[in-house]
Amino acid sequence: MDVDLILRVYPYFLEAAVVTIELSVLTILLGLLCGAAGAWARLSRFALLRFAGAAYVSVFRGTPALIQLFLLYFGGPQVGIQLDAFEAGVIGLGVNIGAYMTETMRGAIVAVDHGQGEAARTLGLSRAQSFRKVVLPQALRLMIRPLGVNINAQIKGTALVAAISVVELTYTAQRYIGSTYKPFEMFLLAGVLYLIIITVVGKGISFLDRRVRLQ
Amino acid sequence: MTETRPFVEIRHAKKSYGSLEVLKDINLTVDRGEIVAIIGPSGSGKSTLLRAINDLDPLTGGEVILDGTQVNKALPHRQYEKHINQMRQQIGMVFQHFNLFPHLTVRDNVVMAPKLLKGISEDAAQKLAEEQLAHVGMLERIDYYPSQLSGGQKQRVAIARALAMKPKLMLFDEATSALDPELVEEVNQVMKTLAQEHMTMIIVTHEMEFAADVCDRVIFMDGGVVVEEGPPTVVFQNPTQPRTRDFLRKHLSQYEKEK
Ligand SMILES: Nc1ncnc2c1ncn2[C@@H]1O[C@H](COP(=O)(O)OP(=O)(O)OP(=O)(O)O)[C@@H](O)[C@H]1O
Ligand SMILES: [Mg+2]
Repeated sequence: MDVDLILRVYPYFLEAAVVTIELSVLTILLGLLCGAAGAWARLSRFALLRFAGAAYVSVFRGTPALIQLFLLYFGGPQVGIQLDAFEAGVIGLGVNIGAYMTETMRGAIVAVDHGQGEAARTLGLSRAQSFRKVVLPQALRLMIRPLGVNINAQIKGTALVAAISVVELTYTAQRYIGSTYKPFEMFLLAGVLYLIIITVVGKGISFLDRRVRLQ
Repeated sequence: MTETRPFVEIRHAKKSYGSLEVLKDINLTVDRGEIVAIIGPSGSGKSTLLRAINDLDPLTGGEVILDGTQVNKALPHRQYEKHINQMRQQIGMVFQHFNLFPHLTVRDNVVMAPKLLKGISEDAAQKLAEEQLAHVGMLERIDYYPSQLSGGQKQRVAIARALAMKPKLMLFDEATSALDPELVEEVNQVMKTLAQEHMTMIIVTHEMEFAADVCDRVIFMDGGVVVEEGPPTVVFQNPTQPRTRDFLRKHLSQYEKEK
């Protein structure tokens, strides 16, 4: 193993890791937004909204994220959507992970004991009040762990944007392989950096989960 | 205007789930301050009837009237929501499984609804919580979370939570059925206190002794109809209907066996 080479290139990998982190943060934020909207639609009183939510989930979970990304980035200009690679990466992957988060959030909300909302309604709380004050606080606690799974998948999933030439970790590894012919070192280095990011985030999520868990 | 009308009036109550008729034309009235027990075999429709009173399980026919106001009014969605929330504030309900809010302390379980719905101040809320919890003997646990309480304590807090809205009517759906036998008495005691305070109560129960002891009237339901009703002395000691006798024989013998 060429340790000297690793020591020479790792600053560039760190820069790329920052891009990976940016991509992760932005796609996850967008995903949470889409997930909340999707879950809200899936649980709506209105059939049309429920249908729209279900369609969103099945389309975006039923096709490869890479295809969605290519469609947006390469196909977009053809229908008047001009995005640079980074923007396309954030939007494409954010909306994609949002479909998974929709199901996570919906699952957590329906997992709250039915009697909870019922007890709140019995006291005279409106639907909205009972959701906000009783169901949601419990659902949020239930969704931290499964959202952690989505987040973990999404951090790794940012690697897909290498395919549209966003200079993040995976793309950087590939580029340095082109000039050094040392794929083992380059992929190892990228892998270690992913592992560090994911471990830190995972610990954070476990900590949060323990903090707010109900006995 | 309400003088001549019964306090609670259930008229021609019907409820079906698909082709299954769960309530078949039930008529029932309860006077102010009266305590009524509903007994009957499993699946006879007791819970369904109770839950129809605050429209938690809406009837498919008939009406429920509380103190001169129809509870299950047919109204456009938004108006209905406003109306039913108003009505439910006047009807306390206690569930078999307590349904305390696990993310809130005992205090907040009790005062969340009054704070939200009546806009009372923090000071007033604190006073209300103390008053209601003292009433059910749970004042020392005001800062606990539900998970730190025994079943009997949970149910007493649930009763305090319902009472904090100052309801006109209290509904109990097998409030002691989920409790270990040694915890039943503390909850029964609280209900007896309410009885002495002339709270109007409708109590679905499997405890014949408690019903005989506390209630002014016993209603025996079977197969979605009221088979027999009357004072506990009459229904328990001289039931006229064979179905009632049957039920009581089974239940009393079961009770004897447990002893
Ligand atoms: N949501 C529902 N869908 C279909 N059937 C239902 C539903 N809820 C209740 N039932 C049926 O209605 C009937 C009456 O139920 P209910 O819960 O009122 O009985 P109960 O007298 O309270 O019985 P228990 O003593 O077991 O609590 C039962 O046959 C039950 O299976
Ligand atoms: Mg029942």
